[in-house]
Amino acid sequence: MKFLQSLGASTISKLTAIGRATLMLVGALVAVPRVKNIPLVIKQLYVVGVQSLLIIMVSGLFIGMVMALQGYTILVDYGAEGSLGPMVALSLLRELGPVVTALLFAGRAGSALTAEIGLMKATEQLSSLEMMAVDPLRRIVAPRFWAGMLAMPMLAVIFSAIGILGGHLVGVDWLGVDSGSYWSIMQSTVDWNQDVINGVIKSIVFALVVTWIAIFKGYDSIPTSEGISKATTETVVYSSLAVLGLDFVLTALMFGIE
Amino acid sequence: MNKYKTEVMVGFFVALTISALLLLALKVAEQSVATEGDSYTLYAKFDNIGGLKARSAVKVGGVTVGRVSSITLDKDDFTPIVELSILKQYNGFPETSSVSILTSGLLGEQYVGFQPGFSFDGVADLQDGDYLQDTKSALVLEDLIGQFLFNRGSDE
Repeated sequence: MKFLQSLGASTISKLTAIGRATLMLVGALVAVPRVKNIPLVIKQLYVVGVQSLLIIMVSGLFIGMVMALQGYTILVDYGAEGSLGPMVALSLLRELGPVVTALLFAGRAGSALTAEIGLMKATEQLSSLEMMAVDPLRRIVAPRFWAGMLAMPMLAVIFSAIGILGGHLVGVDWLGVDSGSYWSIMQSTVDWNQDVINGVIKSIVFALVVTWIAIFKGYDSIPTSEGISKATTETVVYSSLAVLGLDFVLTALMFGIE
Repeated sequence: MNKYKTEVMVGFFVALTISALLLLALKVAEQSVATEGDSYTLYAKFDNIGGLKARSAVKVGGVTVGRVSSITLDKDDFTPIVELSILKQYNGFPETSSVSILTSGLLGEQYVGFQPGFSFDGVADLQDGDYLQDTKSALVLEDLIGQFLFNRGSDE
């Protein structure tokens, strides 16, 4: 009986949390966007986008380089090192670009969003905003959400492009794959709609999930130092799991059935 | 952090994204061949298309002149019909041209090899919507092995 009770209680609390998260998102998004809020979005775009740029570019470069190195040692056995280009480009565009960007974004920007909003709640800044008749959903949550939604697909595109250049650096400049075949076989294999656009769609979905989780965990955190640290951890854990799980579903939908 | 610097950095971020997208569009997923409008369509019936897929290349002597736009099955005699979309700039192939399904390299993907035929009096050029008469099917490894074994059997 006790087990049943705890099962029911946890189910109810999970469901109400999902309900609160949806209400928060709707409250933040239904609000008509105002021109005077655009500078707020730009400020947040700087915080979540530009400040994540360095880690994204460095990771993209190294992942592209490692893939070229690993791929070369295997492909050269079959005399197929000309296929290095499509291998690097397809795995970056379809999978690694969106997924690794989302994971890094959750660690770099998502955790910061949670901690920031959580601390605003703990120091009662959100309540003071409400007392001044400023809706914190519009003033605090909405700009951060839109900035995250914009920034992550942009970061994913940059990640893939830098990764492909990194693959070129190792594959062509170091290991001696022919530069012409690196690009031309890539061009004949990679399809704009099938590969590039699908990768961007993936990263938009991941952006929605990661930003939403990050903002909600901060907004819904218990306003103590312990509560904020727990919320920050949960942001990273939940959004990483959600990204990896969703990635499988999206891949199955996009590339699974011919 | 003053406002000006923030805006400059965000502008830099956007510019970087656009250049990355351009790199992906022009360098990685170059779409030069087989866009609608500047191509014409030919049809070819094969007995067996092997592993040919839509978007496979059509090559004349190694030069890509078009792509396979679709593959359908003829309702009457149940043979595959391959729709080839050829760039307008490569026109005037004679009617005696032949197509075959070839493989690039030992493990490579399959493409349509297009051999222009001889052009002499009384032979018209291929027009939009024409059927190519002379086709050679894909080599299927199992059939080859089967033939090889059959021939060995008849030798003994």
